[in-house]
Amino acid sequence: MDDDRVFKALADPTRRHLLDRLFERDGRTLTELESELEMTRFGVMKHLKVLEEAGLVVARRSGREKLHFLNPVPIRLIHDRWISKYAERHVAALADLKHELEETA
Amino acid sequence: MSTMATALTTQVYSIFIKASPEQVWEAITTPEFTEKYFYGVPVTITAETFDGGASAQGAVVEFDPPHKLVHSWRALYDTETAAEPESRVTWEIAAQDGGVSLLTVVHDRLDESPKTAESVAGGWSYILSGLKSVLETGKGLAG
Repeated sequence: MDDDRVFKALADPTRRHLLDRLFERDGRTLTELESELEMTRFGVMKHLKVLEEAGLVVARRSGREKLHFLNPVPIRLIHDRWISKYAERHVAALADLKHELEETA
Repeated sequence: MSTMATALTTQVYSIFIKASPEQVWEAITTPEFTEKYFYGVPVTITAETFDGGASAQGAVVEFDPPHKLVHSWRALYDTETAAEPESRVTWEIAAQDGGVSLLTVVHDRLDESPKTAESVAGGWSYILSGLKSVLETGKGLAG
C-alpha cells in the first residue's frame, strides 16, 4: 500500500533532486532547500509534502527550525521487495554491460 | 561508500509497522527478537543498559515503554568505530490508526564519530526493514 506513494514520489525529477540534495547534506530547512532550486517556496513545499507523505522525508523540529531529513527506509523496503526478488545478479550484469558499452561508445 | 555524504551527524529513519506499540517495544528490547533482524545479535535492553554483547554497548538514559527509549551507542564490531566518542540513539514509537505503529530512530551526536556515522548509515535501514518483517510475518529477511 505504501509502495504506490513511494513510486509516485520518486517519479518526479524535482523530488528526486530534493532527495539528492538531502543525501549530500541532511537536516535542512525549507529556506535552504528553496535557495538551491529554481522554484517558488510554495512549489518546494508541495514537493516536500509528497515526499513526507511517502515517508521519504521526515520533518523534525529543532528549536524554532523545522529540519527535513532523508529517510532511506522506504527505498530499502522497495529494494527488499522488488530488487532482490528479481535476481539481482542478472540485473547487475546487464547494468554493467550497459555502462561498459556506453563508456566505450 | 565513497559517495557517502559529509554531513551525517544526525540520521533519521522511520517505518510504519503493522503491530501495537507494545509489540514493537518487545521486539526492540528482547534478545529472542533482535537476533532475527539485528545482524543476528541478541540485544538485551533494560532501564540501565543497551547490551549488544561484542557488537555494541550503551547506557540507557530514557526508558519509557512502549513510547520512547534513549541510549548511548558505541559500536564495538570494528576497532575504528570503537575508538570514537559515544553517539546517541533515540527510538520513538507512536500508535497510528488501524493497529499500525510509527517507529522513528534518530541517531545523533555523531559529529566526532565519522566512522560510526558512515558505518550505521546503511545499517539502520536494514535493521528496521528486518524488524518490520519479523513483526508482520514472524520471519526475518532472508540471507
